[in-house]
Amino acid sequence: MDKILLIIKREYLTRVRKKTFIILTLLAPALMAAMVAVTVFITQLESDQLRYILVKDSSNKFEESLKDNKSIKFTFAKNTNVESIKKVFSDGNYYALLIIPEDPENENIELISENQSDINTKMYISSRIEEKIRSDKLKELGIEVETIDAINPNVHIRTIKIKADGSEELSSTEAALAIGYISAFLIYMFIFIYGAMVMRGVIEEKTNRVVEILISSVKPFQLMMGKILGIALVALTQFLLWVVLGFIIISITQTIVGVDSVPNNQLTEQVMQEGSLPQEIQNINNDNKVLNDVLESVMNLPIALIIFSFIFYFIGGYLIYASLFAGIGGAVDNEADTQQFMIPLTIPLIFALMIAQAIIQNPEGPAAFWFSILPLTSPVIMMLRIPYGVPAWEIILSMSVLIVTFIGSTWVAAKIYRIGILIYGKKFSYKDLWKWLRFNG
Amino acid sequence: MNFLEVKEVSKAFVNHQALSNVSLEVPEGKIFGLLGPNGAGKTTLIRIINNITLPDTGEILFNGESLKPEHVQHIGYLPEERGLYKKMKTGEQALYFAQLRGLKRHEAMKRLKYWFQKFEIESWWNKKVEELSKGMQQKVQFIVTILHEPKLLIFDEPFSGFDPINVNLLKQEILNLKEKGSTIIFSTHNMASVEELCDNIALINNSKKVLDGDVQEIKQQFKLNVFDLHFKGRFDKFSASISTDYKIEEVRQENGHTICRTKLLNGSTTNQLISSMLPHGELVGMNEVIPSVNDIFIRVVENENKLQVAEQVK
Repeated sequence: MDKILLIIKREYLTRVRKKTFIILTLLAPALMAAMVAVTVFITQLESDQLRYILVKDSSNKFEESLKDNKSIKFTFAKNTNVESIKKVFSDGNYYALLIIPEDPENENIELISENQSDINTKMYISSRIEEKIRSDKLKELGIEVETIDAINPNVHIRTIKIKADGSEELSSTEAALAIGYISAFLIYMFIFIYGAMVMRGVIEEKTNRVVEILISSVKPFQLMMGKILGIALVALTQFLLWVVLGFIIISITQTIVGVDSVPNNQLTEQVMQEGSLPQEIQNINNDNKVLNDVLESVMNLPIALIIFSFIFYFIGGYLIYASLFAGIGGAVDNEADTQQFMIPLTIPLIFALMIAQAIIQNPEGPAAFWFSILPLTSPVIMMLRIPYGVPAWEIILSMSVLIVTFIGSTWVAAKIYRIGILIYGKKFSYKDLWKWLRFNG
Repeated sequence: MNFLEVKEVSKAFVNHQALSNVSLEVPEGKIFGLLGPNGAGKTTLIRIINNITLPDTGEILFNGESLKPEHVQHIGYLPEERGLYKKMKTGEQALYFAQLRGLKRHEAMKRLKYWFQKFEIESWWNKKVEELSKGMQQKVQFIVTILHEPKLLIFDEPFSGFDPINVNLLKQEILNLKEKGSTIIFSTHNMASVEELCDNIALINNSKKVLDGDVQEIKQQFKLNVFDLHFKGRFDKFSASISTDYKIEEVRQENGHTICRTKLLNGSTTNQLISSMLPHGELVGMNEVIPSVNDIFIRVVENENKLQVAEQVK
């Protein structure tokens, strides 16, 4: 046991002290923050740019309704001569020329510009014109615009879950989706990065020929588990640091950029990522009913269950994949040879992420059920489903399968590893590995 | 007393038999040479002694007890395929291996300081292993092997990669260890160093032990009744005069002498050989040709392989 701790310590320290680890750990959240900041900045830049649009309105109906907004300014040409207007357009600093015919309902409205007009401008103009025509028609029919406004529906569906004790709680499909997706993706990413790290570590020991000295002092199983657990600690360290740094960066961003300019959905996502709610966010967005509902439903999500199962599937999924990766590392001499053994491992994982969309659309369906039980996909798929609420027996079944598989995969990997690490300079096929598995000694 | 006994050990791998019924006795405080051609099964045997692999049948007695994993603390092993973590600092790494072998941290530190001073390599402590030359790495590895003062040392090709000066340094250290009472198993293809260092040897060929015992006794056993006769005189007359009971294998000139390597056949004696020489010249000296371990090795292995081919033909 002492020796396993020594190995864990070495695997952990050599990796955590590496410059690349420190740089990546610090840089990744900074990069994420920078990306958010740049996006916000660019959005502001865009909206600040004013677009002048010259309008020739032959119907003389729209001067009222085509209102200027933040980025579009309309200028109405009094001259009715098309040629002279075109001259004004090309001489002036106009973004586009809008020509409205006498009967805009039956003739085409034209928007002429030097470049392809952007979609926002086009949509703004068409919605304004449509609205005007609609209200005119309603007037003809004798209906007041105010009446229309009064009955204009603004539907927001509040999804409420009824719990077993009859009490109701606000739920949010969006919140569940975001949390599920983020946890599933994190698990996927960590399994890949750190599973491959285990494999590379094993190959390194093999190609360096350190392994023979090592296993004359410790059992191959101790060496393999020490490496897997040591690297698991590296992964957890990195994850925790990211959470902490994420908090720090969010609070800095809030003070510098000001919360107002951060788009709401983005804020919500950040909140969801951290799984808790800073008070000021709630206060600032009090006027936003939808956001508030989302925040409330985040609180109503089974947070404890989500955190627990995230840690469980994070570690469980990692352990299964890492042990199999360690087995592969033991069976090959260099990374180039790993490909044929890697594919059957990476496919279920990539597949899980690919079907994530379908699972989210039907989180109770048979595909969702089976892929959240099968151990190679369950860490990703079950995490997608848990925020939507999964029956306890399914979670227990899925977790048990994961544990049993972990024991099995470690056994298989240890056998392959033990034989493989002592054989150099040969390439192995699946047939060889099968023989090793059945071979006792 | 035997420090290590290998009793009828067999080991089969998926595709071949690595050891069949090998028994060895390694006396305490001696240097034991484990010889054999490539692929004979030496490394497998060494791995079994190191608890790396288990034998299919047979057992190993370590100091009279059946071999247990705990015994590994009393074994120092320098494998043929050796290596260190390239990116790790030398001192830290030596400390890690020492702790894996069961030394406490401060004790390991103390001993490492001593050995780094003795080999004059203190300045490497904080260098990464990849910055050291191959020979330097071997030195570090040697220190790691002996640091926990094991009772049994196993060196697999210890001199490969060393320059002659360091080979001498290492030989001296190995002899020092023997003097301090360690038992040493020494596997090599360098027969000159076997003659120089080993008290006993065993020869393994094709998974079987074909020869073992005291080096001097084995040499006596393998004498071929061949003598070098040194004389001044007429070689042509001498060679014409001798009977078919003698076979001259080799003739060379040295310092004005003729040295005539002669095999005695049909129970003839050295006295008779000398008397047939005396009419043709003056006797300068005579010595028996003792086969080198190298000769014995080649002879035994070739013989064994011929026997095997013959068996297969049958």
